[in-house]
Amino acid sequence: MATIFKQRNMIAFFILIALVFPFLTNNNYLIHVMTLAFIWMIAVYGLNLLAGYTGYLSLAHAGFFAIGAYSLSLLTTKAEMNYWLAFVLALIITSVLGLLVGLISLRTKEHFFAIYTLCVGYIIYLVIDKWDSLTGGIRGLIGIPSPANIGPLTFNTPVANYYLVLFFLLLTILIMYRIVHSLTGRTFIAIRNSEDLAQTIGISTMTNKLLVFVISTFFAGLAGALYASFIRFIGPDIGYINVTFDILTYLIVGGIGTLSGPIVGTIIIVWVSQQLQFLQDYRMMIFGPILTLLVIFYPRGISGGIYDWTMKRKEKKRQNIDKNQQMISAQETSAASNKNG
Amino acid sequence: MDILIQQLFNGLTLGSVYSLVALGLTLVYGILHIPNFAHGALYMVGGYITLTMMTQAGLNYWLAIVVSCVVVGGLAVLMERLVFHPLRHAPAIHDKIAAIGIMLFLEALVQFIWGADYQTMTSPYGAVVNVAGVTLTMQRLLIIIATVLVMAILYFFLKKTFTGATIIAMSQNREGANLVGINTNRVAMLTFLISGALAAIAVSLAAPINLVFPGMGHLVLTKAFVIIILGGMGSIPGAIAGGYILGFTESLGATYISNDYKDLIAFVLLVLILTIKPNGLFAKGGH
Repeated sequence: MATIFKQRNMIAFFILIALVFPFLTNNNYLIHVMTLAFIWMIAVYGLNLLAGYTGYLSLAHAGFFAIGAYSLSLLTTKAEMNYWLAFVLALIITSVLGLLVGLISLRTKEHFFAIYTLCVGYIIYLVIDKWDSLTGGIRGLIGIPSPANIGPLTFNTPVANYYLVLFFLLLTILIMYRIVHSLTGRTFIAIRNSEDLAQTIGISTMTNKLLVFVISTFFAGLAGALYASFIRFIGPDIGYINVTFDILTYLIVGGIGTLSGPIVGTIIIVWVSQQLQFLQDYRMMIFGPILTLLVIFYPRGISGGIYDWTMKRKEKKRQNIDKNQQMISAQETSAASNKNG
Repeated sequence: MDILIQQLFNGLTLGSVYSLVALGLTLVYGILHIPNFAHGALYMVGGYITLTMMTQAGLNYWLAIVVSCVVVGGLAVLMERLVFHPLRHAPAIHDKIAAIGIMLFLEALVQFIWGADYQTMTSPYGAVVNVAGVTLTMQRLLIIIATVLVMAILYFFLKKTFTGATIIAMSQNREGANLVGINTNRVAMLTFLISGALAAIAVSLAAPINLVFPGMGHLVLTKAFVIIILGGMGSIPGAIAGGYILGFTESLGATYISNDYKDLIAFVLLVLILTIKPNGLFAKGGH
């Protein structure tokens, strides 16, 4: 019980920090960085559910991120639609495309799935890059509106944007928490551990995989839409494979298949990147080997590593208590036998 | 008609390069059953080594290729020892992520050392020749001939020598190979060495007609994946046939369909194949 309270307190503490963060600093740049980090976290959560909990590594994640971003941008700038209507439509478009891609790609497994999605990611990128009349090609799109007012709420300032993105992030985390701790979440994990076994005990693997794929693309699209209206100009680069690798790096460093992993990984890497600004394009010289080393030594990243460590400590403690009790009882019996003797 | 012949010839050139890259990838897949996502990075490093050997060290083109083969082959062996060997019992997803990590590292490293600029490699075989009404550069002719030669040597090595036979044996059945006394570690290292050397040869041949830049491995890698799925993962004849098929499809597609979308052809081809046959063409039944 104590641990639950502790965990709950920790979560409340972090949410509080996130809420008061804009009051702690007047630096708009820091708020900008944090908002971006939150947007990436949403995308990382999407990938986490698919790659971490279901075991299907999709390399098209940046593609769906770009689809979300471009859908919103095109609907607001070219179709001049109401912002929130466009927002919802962008999510629907991304999810429907996710469903179509999922229907086909999920027939493949393991390596084939990774390669298939790699190619799908390339196709999305190349189509965005070459379809000049629609997407503006290499020039990208500019003048994307920031989120429209909801009643008295306006989103013109960086701080307001920060809270909007934070709201979506918390919603994402809540949904992920509920999914992972539900029967559906267990089903995903069962598929990850052994798809054949899952099928044998009566799980419809295709339906579940499709569900998780669509959820994953939905969150990629959500992150993309938020990104587009936050940065307000986008280019085809956001759909390039490097963005997928960035998202994957956040996930692996934080802990693939853990709920806190996406937050931990994204925060750490974003802040370290800020500190290592002079490295810019060379930052992968550090993060690349870290990725590889983590997978070899701590496959579940920082969060998973800490979790395993506390579990081991608990186990040790329990063993020590057992041992002490055994010793006490042994002493008692020997004392008793001495008396008898 | 002239255009057609010219394009068929271009397809042959493209296909030769693709085949060489795909051969390395398929060999490694056959032995370790991992798709080596870092193979494109090896290809790219090979390009820079050859280029540097020619411009900085002033080596002859052929000597530069040899140096490049040794360096890239060594790099591949190192990768096998340090990364893939410790991960041999890990879930499949870990190999992929580790390979992606290596790839990102190599790309950043190359960009750090040589910069992000596009560079040209001038080969000593830039002369234009006219063969049967088709004009082509010596370099393209060289690519085609050298590829056939490399393939012939590889074939001879795999089929006629004992060491080569151990690679085939291990790709057929790892435990079985181990049981009859084949040192599987040594074979895995050898395979990575060959795979790296093939990538270095491919890039050294292709670079003079393309450009050298840090991201050059991306498209080649993805296309090589398309090829080995087309030809069956781990199949050597499949990789060769698949490479030429893709080369011809691309060069003809670029002329008769759309030059802008020519890179899409390979991916659309793959998506179609996997849609119809989720385990690739020529997949071995069961597993």
